[in-house]
Amino acid sequence: MSNLLVDAYHVAWGDMMFMKHNFWNILVMSIMSPLLYLIAFGYGLRTGQTDIGVSYVAFVIPGIAALSSLSSSFGSTATRMNVQRLYYKSFDEMMMCPLSLSSIVIGKCMLGLTRGLISCLLIYALGLFLASDLALTPLVVLCIVISCITFSLLGMAAALLSKSHQSMATLNSLIILPMTFLCGTFFSVSSLNPVFQAVLYCLPLTHASETIRAAALPDYLEFPWISLAVLIAFGAAFFALNLYLLKTRKV
Amino acid sequence: MSMEDMIVIKGLVKRFGDKTAVNGLDLVIHRGELFGFLGPNGAGKTTTLRCVSTLTGFDEGTITVNGHDITKEPEAAKGSMGVIQQQVSLDKDLTIRENMISHAMYHNMGKKERNERISELSDFFGLGEYLDKPVDSLSGGWKKRAAIVCAMLHRPQVLFLDEPTSGLDINARRLLWDVIKSLHRDGTTIILTTHYIEEAESLCDRVGIIDKGRIIALDIPKNLCEKVGSIAVETIENGKTTYKYFKSRDEASAFAASLKGNVTIRDTNLEDVFVELTGKSVGAQT
Repeated sequence: MSNLLVDAYHVAWGDMMFMKHNFWNILVMSIMSPLLYLIAFGYGLRTGQTDIGVSYVAFVIPGIAALSSLSSSFGSTATRMNVQRLYYKSFDEMMMCPLSLSSIVIGKCMLGLTRGLISCLLIYALGLFLASDLALTPLVVLCIVISCITFSLLGMAAALLSKSHQSMATLNSLIILPMTFLCGTFFSVSSLNPVFQAVLYCLPLTHASETIRAAALPDYLEFPWISLAVLIAFGAAFFALNLYLLKTRKV
Repeated sequence: MSMEDMIVIKGLVKRFGDKTAVNGLDLVIHRGELFGFLGPNGAGKTTTLRCVSTLTGFDEGTITVNGHDITKEPEAAKGSMGVIQQQVSLDKDLTIRENMISHAMYHNMGKKERNERISELSDFFGLGEYLDKPVDSLSGGWKKRAAIVCAMLHRPQVLFLDEPTSGLDINARRLLWDVIKSLHRDGTTIILTTHYIEEAESLCDRVGIIDKGRIIALDIPKNLCEKVGSIAVETIENGKTTYKYFKSRDEASAFAASLKGNVTIRDTNLEDVFVELTGKSVGAQT
């Protein structure tokens, strides 16, 4: 176990150096889109109370945190791995070294996890000033961490499966963009018709939104433990998919 | 498999869709040997190297490196390998030093050991002043040197060099030849693919010529030349060069005497062997 973690650290080290070189750039990028979502959806489109009795800003901030975990974690892991694999070929170098595949998967998703956490925690910290109903509990942090890991692993799978920048962009348009707007980040999924609800519950961001929101508003919502289990199951499935892709070299 | 065998490849088949890139290749490379892989472009050299270095899966066959089956014990096999790919494969978002540290960490080298090794190899390759520069600020030749240092940091027992000197200027090429010779003297097993025939001829203990995914000739350079005929008669007539090979200089001289035009008698070299066996010039597409 300790070897696995040491190797994962060795894999992640280069990505952490990359982040160090680009820290301010990353910080600005991490906060920009959640901030725009907050202004546009939190203040621009709707104000007042929601059905559960909290302000819309308090309702939407956990959703934006979930969305940030998707966009930052997925985007940073997928983009960097895509470049390393298809253009720099430095991913090949790593694959020829005596590292276990599990340590490669864990190590390569650390950049996405870190960037996702920065993004989520910045928007959540802002939310704590703007909405007094929001709570900062260990469960909120846990849900955010699980969400970031899950989407970082999804980003890795996307990078391993894509054959070019173009196919990466296609994947973004077909999977990530619909999830961004439909998975209960800006509205409650329960307000939709049952068929649509069933479809949305097949997507991980719906469960990320529901768990982070319920953890952030413990006095207003019951925590959906099943959603947390489903989110973890998605993470495990993406981890297994990455292992399979690396092991079979179908990449 | 004997203890003397560093790499044993049996019945290797690698297909890309309908195309068979490597077609039942068998090869044994001995411990401490400097082995040269020659073949036209697309003959299967790089694909074979990618399979052996675990970078690409394969469809049939077995590969053992340093006693470890690469499909059953990949990590143990990888621990003894160093690979220098055709294309420089450094992370361009990092500095040269960070690339080296990263590589050393992948091989679980401790901080002290890796710093000493980086310093030692960087000095040898004249990379010292470039260590903290971003990869893209260096020319192609310097990037290649940095990639070579990365591959050698962990003192691999077997080193794969896929056209290592292509793109290098003559000084860097000679420097690398010296490094290869020195590693060979120290007992490192080296597998080299190259388009430079003189490189294979002067460096390699044995040479394998690969065409259409199969080894078509395998021996020490001198024996390969003798198989074709150790003396070559080269005739230039009407702008076209023809070659004929003989076992002895007397036979070659007798033949040359009967010819008109510009005739040269010389020793056969590996390029003659290559062209004679594959029907293609070095660097031609298979």
